[in-house]
Order: sequence, then structure tokens, then C-alpha cells
Amino acid sequence: MSNNILNWKNNRDMFPEADEDGKPIVDLESQKYVKVWQGPNHPGVTGNMSLELTISGDEVMEAKTHVGYLHRGFEKLFERRRYIQCFPTCIRMCVPEPDINEYNLARGTEVLGGIEVPEMANWIRMLVLEMARLQVLLRMVPGQAGTMGLGLAGTWGLYYRELILDRFEELTGGRIYHMFILPGGVRGLLPDGFKDRLEENLVKVEAFMKDVDRLIYTNAVFKKRTKGIGVIPADWVDEYGIMGPVARAAGFERDVRKDYPYLYYDQLDFGYNIAHNSDVFDRFIVRRHDVDTTVDLIRQILNKMPKKGDIKAETPNVLHWKIPKGETIIRCESSRGEYLFYMVADGSIYPRRINLRGPSYTHAVAVLEKLLINANISDVSAIMVSLATCPPEIER
Amino acid sequence: MSIKDVIVPFSAWRKVFDKPVTIKDPINERPGADRYRGFHKNDLETCIGCGTCEVICENEAIDLVPVEGIETKDGDSGLRPRVDYGRCCWCGLCVDICTTGSLSLTNAYTWVEEDPEKYRFTPGVDEKPWDNEEKGWKKPEPNYEFYNLKRVTMEHLHPEERSDSFIEMVKGYSKEQAEKEADRCVECGICTATCPAHMGIPEYIKAIRNNDLEEGLRILYDTNPLPEICGRICTHKCEAVCTIGHRGEALSIRWLKRYIADQNPSEKYKTILNSEFIEKNGKSIAIIGSGPSGLSAAHYLALMGYEVTIYEKLPHAGGMMRYGIPEYRLPYDQIDKDIDYILSLGVKILYNTTIGKDITLEELGKKYNAVFAGTGLHLGRSTRIEGSDHKNVYQSIELLRKITLGEEIDLAEKMIVIGGGNVAMDITRSIARLQMKKYGKAGVIATSLETEDKMPADREEVVEAREEGAIVDPGWAPQHIEIVDDKIKGLHVAQCHSLFDEEGNFNPQCNLDNLKFFEGTMVVESIGQGMDLSYLSDDIKHELEIDKRGRIKVNEDFQSGLPWLFIGGDIIQGPDVIHGIANGHTAAKGIDTFLFKESK
Repeated sequence: MSNNILNWKNNRDMFPEADEDGKPIVDLESQKYVKVWQGPNHPGVTGNMSLELTISGDEVMEAKTHVGYLHRGFEKLFERRRYIQCFPTCIRMCVPEPDINEYNLARGTEVLGGIEVPEMANWIRMLVLEMARLQVLLRMVPGQAGTMGLGLAGTWGLYYRELILDRFEELTGGRIYHMFILPGGVRGLLPDGFKDRLEENLVKVEAFMKDVDRLIYTNAVFKKRTKGIGVIPADWVDEYGIMGPVARAAGFERDVRKDYPYLYYDQLDFGYNIAHNSDVFDRFIVRRHDVDTTVDLIRQILNKMPKKGDIKAETPNVLHWKIPKGETIIRCESSRGEYLFYMVADGSIYPRRINLRGPSYTHAVAVLEKLLINANISDVSAIMVSLATCPPEIER
Repeated sequence: MSIKDVIVPFSAWRKVFDKPVTIKDPINERPGADRYRGFHKNDLETCIGCGTCEVICENEAIDLVPVEGIETKDGDSGLRPRVDYGRCCWCGLCVDICTTGSLSLTNAYTWVEEDPEKYRFTPGVDEKPWDNEEKGWKKPEPNYEFYNLKRVTMEHLHPEERSDSFIEMVKGYSKEQAEKEADRCVECGICTATCPAHMGIPEYIKAIRNNDLEEGLRILYDTNPLPEICGRICTHKCEAVCTIGHRGEALSIRWLKRYIADQNPSEKYKTILNSEFIEKNGKSIAIIGSGPSGLSAAHYLALMGYEVTIYEKLPHAGGMMRYGIPEYRLPYDQIDKDIDYILSLGVKILYNTTIGKDITLEELGKKYNAVFAGTGLHLGRSTRIEGSDHKNVYQSIELLRKITLGEEIDLAEKMIVIGGGNVAMDITRSIARLQMKKYGKAGVIATSLETEDKMPADREEVVEAREEGAIVDPGWAPQHIEIVDDKIKGLHVAQCHSLFDEEGNFNPQCNLDNLKFFEGTMVVESIGQGMDLSYLSDDIKHELEIDKRGRIKVNEDFQSGLPWLFIGGDIIQGPDVIHGIANGHTAAKGIDTFLFKESK
């Protein structure tokens, strides 16, 4: 990491000098620098994470990501739980979009355990995943401007998110933690009239997104605050493993749903949402287009999915379901990018290891620390939110 | 950036005229969705306290606690789940796995309480405002199960293959079948509590899942020294209460037990069970009768180091298991496998020795430190209807014994069996086989007082009897046997509409308007067995407490009024193999305690 700072292409004159290891020498006594902690409790920080910023005037000289405030240790908890018992736990690794965890865990268990999931269950899984993406984007797209003091759209967005949560409540019995996709299938069929009610909501969402366009994306202040800020050079994308909307904003066609289709995504018609400037604005605009894509995908899924079918495959008794020895990698596209589970089974009823590799692991540590250098302190939150950092992915 | 970017955001003011979306009174105006995973509800009547919810709860929020007013009984642990809302995450796995379907989540989601202790409550017992709420999370649609509700089918010989032979008809499970069946167990232990011998059923089923059949055998022998026999003909009270049986088919516990016993070769038994060397304690015990209780007592006493001698009246050991149960249900070589192991522990057995004739009980009492009597029920009971004293009216027990001894029994082309129990089915099916062999056609009618749904015989026995060509026509009370010229013509019966009077005493009532006549030239009575206590001399009888119905009183260790005489098995508990085994085990421990105290 520190080497990267040394290799920084820009003029380093304004940065503190570095020692032999490349660690900046910040002489706080010189009164030239001030250390500021942003977080762990800060409105601009997404979750329990903090940034240790060394600033000179308004500008960030050095940034350091600190995690360790969650105290949960999900991956350790999995090792002492049966596969079925992991599924109410794994969702807690991402509160806004829990379903990706459920899907990865279920799919991994099925792959290792050799279970074939019924077609209907897979369509419902896809619907749930897209609904989850929509509700997280509905909070994020209008809400991102909140980091720049434009909180209004974010407040409106919450209502439209609630509409999708209502549908979740109807379908899964839960609003935030749906606990719906479990090893073997899903926990229910669509209720009567669900499709129509969801369609009504989608129409409302589409109308609302026009308001968001007017309020945020056609907004001089927003544009001024986001354009040309936090630019991620294209050569970073592969170097750092940047993914999802952040990579797409840099002009890369990266989407697990298209690159490595899972479920029935190969039967759906959608494209990559791409931008080229790779600044905060472009990342936000890619997400804005993602909303449209997601709404469209939900409609396609609703039209294509069968009316009836089995929701769960026959599995061994979940209380002593021994998964044969093996390992697998399962990935899906979350709203933040590629979301990956590495699962190892040792032939017992408990998983040997379930390892999560989410996009925030690079976005919020390696990329953010580097991106913040030379940034204005008032842009720190905007840059961070544009990377969609999620601390539980780092500290799981 | 243009002037548009400055003006357009002001369109937000339009929202001022929109209707607010906030729900003013959410508690009343916004109930939870139909499937909402809200607060717990439990139907106490349906719940059996199996504790599966407790096992699956990943937060350890559920504890099974005793509840006032709910008694522990067969098939009900008497416990009910208590939920701790400080730990619960409302995932609903407890509902999805609930074996009886009693647990559900309502769609209630608001609850305010001052006392934090109140958030740990027992649904169904502690009254809650949502107790009558119908909506909420229930177990999803069909085909959504956490375990298999269907039994792995046990393969039987085809009726055509078995109808004229005494070859064992149940084929037994293969490894795959046994492991699949064992996988269905939820390890609740309701079966263990119900089993008279309290066998470690979930444990040995687990051993099957782990493919550790030696461990399985050790678990079997902890409580039951006759697993081959019990694995075939046990009355499986465990299966009647199996928690999976509430919504699906109960586990085939009996066949799984048989699987373990079948898979372990007898020559390895001593090594597996670690019984190669037993330290003798120098005391000797006599056992009368080599039935289940006698063998069980002999096994456990021998393991404790006693010199055990069994006195058996008949030429082979096994008692009613050998002489009462037909070979197609329990092959003799399997009986021998269990008995040979017990004999290999140093147990001596004296065949063709009748107590009271060859040696008296008093002599045994003097010769041995203690005596255990498990003489069983070997006398047939008669219906005492008109004509039942005819020479062609037989007792099922006698006939079964003759079949085992290889003696020829009298047969006719048309025979009638009176009785609806398992013994009646045994003799019916044995006769059907013999008739098939002799006449090429089965011609036996079994009739009983009880209607088909109340017949004490196992359901499969009735079905299989019919498959083999026998006619089972229950619900008729025998009236008299028609005899013309000293030859039986048949049996007159009347429809039986109730068996017990209001006080619960046996008092069959019949409808004499609905009569029927069963044609047949021989009648077999199979309406229960009685005990033969002729080996007890008057002096001994005087010492024993015998109640009005002729039963001998014993304490919980099966010790009779005479301290050195222990009595158990069918004569105390009624006809049942597993009770006999349990009695024998308890008596063995009782004898050991008694002799230990005496030696002090």
C-alpha cells in the first residue's frame, strides 16, 4: 500500500515526505497537519467504519481505513452452525441487501451437496435478488446526494423503498431480513395478486426516478460537487480488482450476471450500464441506470417465470445434512459488484469455512485510501459513498 | 452545466402538494402481511414437546420447559417450547421444522412490556394478545420439508412367493436404504421414553448414519440383548409415538435395529461388545424359562459375573419367541444368533427340565442365591361358547408350538380363527400357508370382536394375511359353534357394537339382529393366553401376594414376596417381548442390588 503512495504519479511536493518503507512522515508537531477521525459514528460513513485522515488545510494528505467496530465474526460463527442454521446468520453480513448472502450460501451448499433446485425456485430466487437490488438502489441513488447536504431526495426515496419492502414482507414474511432463499430452494410461492401489486410499485418507482433525475442529476450543485472528483484511472481497475458499478463507471464491461450467468440471467435481455469518466458523478449515473435495468429485469422475470412448480428440492434431513468434502466458489452480482463466497466442506454437518469476498474489501481499503489522497475533506464522504463501501464485507 | 441545472431542481416544490405517505396510526392501520414472521403461537394440544425447534434454533432462543397441566406420557415429553425474545431472530426455522405443525408465527409485530422477563415466554401457555391471530408465517406449501416424511419401503416377499412357505418374508434394508431411513430421524428421543426397555434409539440410528454399526450394536446391547429378535417382531411402541409419524410415516425403527444386528457377524460380537473376559463373582442364579425376560436377565446377570443357569421345559430356548411366533416372521437361526451369544457369556441352559417335576422351586431357592422366573403365558384361553369343548376346537398357542416342534397338525380345507390380535394373525397365516401346501388353496377365516380399526393386531399383519389368501372379517362376536353329527359345521356370530361398558370393563355387546355364519370344520381360538403357575407349590403361593385376577405382586425390581424369588415377563406385564426384555434387565439389576445388600 505504502509503495503505491510512493509510486504516485502526481506531483508529490505537497505530500509529506516518506521514510524508507514508503510510510509518510507526518510531523503533527509542525502544526502543518491535523489528524481527523471520520467515523465510526458519522453521517457520511456507511456503517461501522472509520477513516483516519491526515489533513493539511482542506486537503487529505493520508487516509487510513479502520474497521473492527462490528464485533461479530460471522465466518467463525458459521463453523459452529449447521448449514441450515447459517442462513439466518449470513444475511447479517449485508443489512441493505441480505439476499445475496442467502443466495450464495444456498447455492454453495447445493453445489457441494449435489442438490438440483427446482426451476420455479430459481425464478423466485432471481426475482428476490432483483427486488433486493432495486430496494438497495432506491435508498442509494437518491440518498447518495445526502453526503453533500442534499438530503431531500433520500428521504423521498425511503418511501419508494418501503413499497418494495412491503412486497418483500408479503412474499417472504420479513421486511429487511427476508430469510427466504435457503439451501434446496425458497420458502414460498408468490402470493395471489403479488405480480400486479409489484407492477404498481414499479410504475411508482419509475415516476419517482424522474423526480430524482430532476432533483439530483440535473442539479448544478450536485454536478459541481461530483464531476471530476475521485477519478479512478482505468489501469487501477484490474490492478485493484475493482468491480461492479465502480468498474463500469470506468468504462469496463463488468457484470457477473452477464459474464458468468447464474440462475436464468442468460435468458434475460439486458446490457451493461457504462460511463467513461470514472468520477463520482459517473459512478452515481451508472447506478441510476442500474435502477432502470433492474425494473426492466423484474418485469422480464415476472413475465417469464412459470406459474406453478416446486419451491424446494428434496434434501437430506437438515439437522444432520453432511455435505461431502469439497470446496467451491459461488459468486453473484450485488448492487456493489461481484459478491463471492468461498465455501469448504469437510464432510461434517458444519461448514469448515465460509469466506466472503465482497467488493468493499478493495473498494473501502486499498482504493479508498489511495483515492482520498489529495481530495478535499468535504468530498471524502461523497467519494466513499460512490464506492458503496460496506464495512461488514471487510470485517466479517 | 447549464441554466437548466440551476432551475430544474426547484421542481421539487411540486411535492408540497402531494398527499403525505406517512401512515398516521400504523398499529391499527397497518397489520403485518399474511405471511409475516411475527410473534410465536403454539397449539399446546398438537405440540408433543419433541424439541426439534430447540435444536434448529441457531440463536438458542428456544428452551423446552415443563408446563403445568401437561403430563409427561407416551408420545409427549410434557415439555413445551419457551421462546426468549432477547435472542430470537424470527427466522421461522422452528415453524418450518416443527414435526407436528403446532408452532406458527402470527403477523403481530408490536408488543410493549415493562418487565424484561416477560419477553421470555411459553407460547400457548402465557396468554398473549395475538393468541387468536390466524394470519402469519406457517409452514409453506406442500413439498417443503426439512426431512423426508416418507418411509423407505421395506421389501417383502411377494404374496405368491410366501403364501406356501415359511421363509422369512421381510427382506431387510440395504446399506443405502438404512442410511436414507436413518436420515429421517430428528433425534427427539420421544421413542426412547416410550420404549419399555428405554433403548437408545436416536443414538443407534445415528450410528447407522455414521456407518458405525459396531457402535450401533453396543448401543443395542446396552438395553436389549435380543436385537435380532426385537428387530423383527418387536411391537414397536416407539414407532407408534415417533414424532415424524404425526405428519408423515413414522421411522422404521424396528427395521433399523434389525439392520444393525444383521450387519454384525455373530463371531465378532464378543470383541465388539467387549465381553471376552468377565470376572466371576462366585454367586449363582437360576432362571426359569428361556423367553425374552429370562434371556435378558441371564445376559445382564452373566455380564455382572453371576453363574447363570436357565431351566427350560421345551427342547429349545426362546420361549414364546420360538414357539409362538411363526418362522416366516422370525427365523429360528436369528433366534439362535441372539441366544448363542448369551450362552457364550457362560450362561448354562438345561433343556427339557420342568420345574415342579424334575426339580422343585424350593430346591432352586436353596441351591442358588436367587431365582428369576419368567415362565410366560403358555396356556390358551377359551371363548367358552357352546361347542367350544369339541375336539376340533384348538388353541392357537398349542398349534403354533406344534408347528415349531415340527409336529403334524390337524388341518381342514375350511378353518375359522377367533381373535384379532397378533397371535390370531400368526396362526391364521400359518394355517393359510399349510393349507396352501396341502390343498393348494388357503381357506381360513379370522374373525374378532373388535372392528377393523380397533383390532389389536398390527395393521400390516391384517393386510399381509389377506394378501396370503386368508379372510379377515372383524367386528363379530362368536355365539356358538354349530355341530352336526359330532362334526363342526361352522361358527355363528353376531355383530359386535361395543367392547367396553361405561366403567371401562370388558363387556362386549352385540346386535343379535345382525347374524352371520362362517363355514368351517375346525375352529382355532386365539383370544389371549393365560399363565401356568403350577410350578409354585402351595407353600410358596402362600408367601406371594396374588391379586384377584391371579397376578403375582412384585416390587419395582420384580422381587416377589419371597426375597430370593424375582418374577417378570409376560406373567407380570402381559404378552410383549420388549416388556419382557425390560423386565429381565430391571430384575437383573434388582437381583444384583439385593445380593449386594444381603452380602453386607
